[in-house]
Amino acid sequence: MVGLSHYLILGAVMFCLSVAGIFLNRKNVIILLMSIELMLLAVNTNFVAFSHYLGDTAGQIFVFFILTVAAAEAAIGLAILVVVFRNRSTINVEDLDAMKG
Amino acid sequence: MTPDVAEFAPLAAEIFVLAMACFILVLDAYLPDTRRLIAFRLTQVTLLGAAVLTWMQYDTMIGTTDRMVLLGGTYVADTLSMVLKLAVYAVSAGVFLYSRDYLRDRGILKGEYFVLGLFGVLGMMVMISAHNMLSVYLGLELLSLSMYTMVAFQRQNGVASEAAMKYFVLGAIASGMLLYGISMIYGASGSLDLAAIGRYVAEHGAEDRILAFGVVFIVAGLAFKLGNAPFHMWVPDIYNGAPTSVTLFIGAAPKIAAFAMVMRVLVEGLGGLHADWTPMLIILAVGSLAVGNVIAIAQTNIKRMLAYSTISHMGFVVLGILAANKVGYSGAMFYAITYALTSAGGFGLLVLLSRAGFEAEKLDDLKGLNDRNPWLAFLMLLLMFSMAGVPPTVGFYAKLSVLQAVVSADMVWLAAVAVFFSIIGAFYYIRVVKVMYFDKPEDEAPIFAGFDAKAVLSVNGLAVLALGVYPSGLMAWCAKALG
Repeated sequence: MVGLSHYLILGAVMFCLSVAGIFLNRKNVIILLMSIELMLLAVNTNFVAFSHYLGDTAGQIFVFFILTVAAAEAAIGLAILVVVFRNRSTINVEDLDAMKG
Repeated sequence: MTPDVAEFAPLAAEIFVLAMACFILVLDAYLPDTRRLIAFRLTQVTLLGAAVLTWMQYDTMIGTTDRMVLLGGTYVADTLSMVLKLAVYAVSAGVFLYSRDYLRDRGILKGEYFVLGLFGVLGMMVMISAHNMLSVYLGLELLSLSMYTMVAFQRQNGVASEAAMKYFVLGAIASGMLLYGISMIYGASGSLDLAAIGRYVAEHGAEDRILAFGVVFIVAGLAFKLGNAPFHMWVPDIYNGAPTSVTLFIGAAPKIAAFAMVMRVLVEGLGGLHADWTPMLIILAVGSLAVGNVIAIAQTNIKRMLAYSTISHMGFVVLGILAANKVGYSGAMFYAITYALTSAGGFGLLVLLSRAGFEAEKLDDLKGLNDRNPWLAFLMLLLMFSMAGVPPTVGFYAKLSVLQAVVSADMVWLAAVAVFFSIIGAFYYIRVVKVMYFDKPEDEAPIFAGFDAKAVLSVNGLAVLALGVYPSGLMAWCAKALG
């Protein structure tokens, strides 16, 4: 029987994977954007699992809002990525080091 | 259930700002380049109108109730929200005015800056009036998404676009952390409503470990947004890389909104768990004070220096909150409002000193400012003294009220640490004064600044002095808001 704790563990694993993806990734900014999406999906899994467990729809409504905001966030993230690429001709994480101190 | 139209009437200020932001967005698309100032003027009218509407909303509550909770518990209007919103409008109006000439000189006087700024103000208003985790999150994202875009909006500026990328990634991680914490709190308490969470926490806070687990993530997310060490890495790069007018926006009013968010989530929602979050906030406060004040000494770029100074000031705000008593909350509120005012003045002065093809961002650019323009040098002196906490400026009183609260909460050692780092910090503020008054100017170019921007900057600088001499008025409002 799949219970609440299984979903929470799945959410926690996805969350950890996304954090690892952000901090270990040294190559490509697009992988960062994918990790951010994964992080939000981990949270969504948690919300849906809790919502079903508690018999309360508020959590599922929250998920709709997170999905909408995630879409807006992805749009802005990709737009910034395009601007960075135009100015720098690279989207390598290690090359984004113009500022120090 | 159909929502009652009368329930929307108290939200007039939010609805007005939203409608005007959309209107300016459309109008700006049809404006010729020579008439761009219309967008600027409409933005100022919007802020003024919002201030009037917010005051009217508060006025209807006087004598009948001290807080109205509306829209199924997602929105709250109280003295706290009124005072903070008025502060946000005032600071933002000043920020837009300072930015106008800077934007025009760089050929980026576009409606986008003002529209995004207004959407940011709307996000701050939602955060300030949030009474549900959903409205906290939506307000925060509306503000954050506007700010990411503003940082990148000078499109041909490579450093700014890099700063925007960093801001976006780190801001998104912070939102993710906050959301993960919110999901845990929701799972434990079964509600997203801050009042319901507060009731659950008061009853079961001690034995429910899921709550404590969620609080860790929420504190981490909030610390990211406030810019507290060890989550401060984004602050110097964004302040340094963004166009100065955007740094000015980011460094001022959003600090007030961040304070409001901490108050709503940690104090109203999770106040019963203060034994859990106080130690975490102590780490954040001490870390911010140490990192902010020590690393700022090594900076030669004044925007970067003020970024580290922001980190240390946010440490002071957290210091007031972690005292977890009324004196501390009102002290932190006073600190957040007056810091936003001081920061707007400081960056506003840098914006006025910049001109076409020249950015005033090195410490050397302030050399001999007293010989070039004694009045601007005097205003900068007031602002720097206020940030350093020299009496009789307001920074001294703000620090004093926070430290009083920390001492009254039996954490004398923490107050001593704060004072110690403030003294270290005083060095780099006073160095700015030394550079302005005792060094020879390298750059003799006259300073052109619009009369209105100079006048408002003068009011801003003198307000820092006046509030330091007569703090009781604002302090009484802060005490009333958290009474």
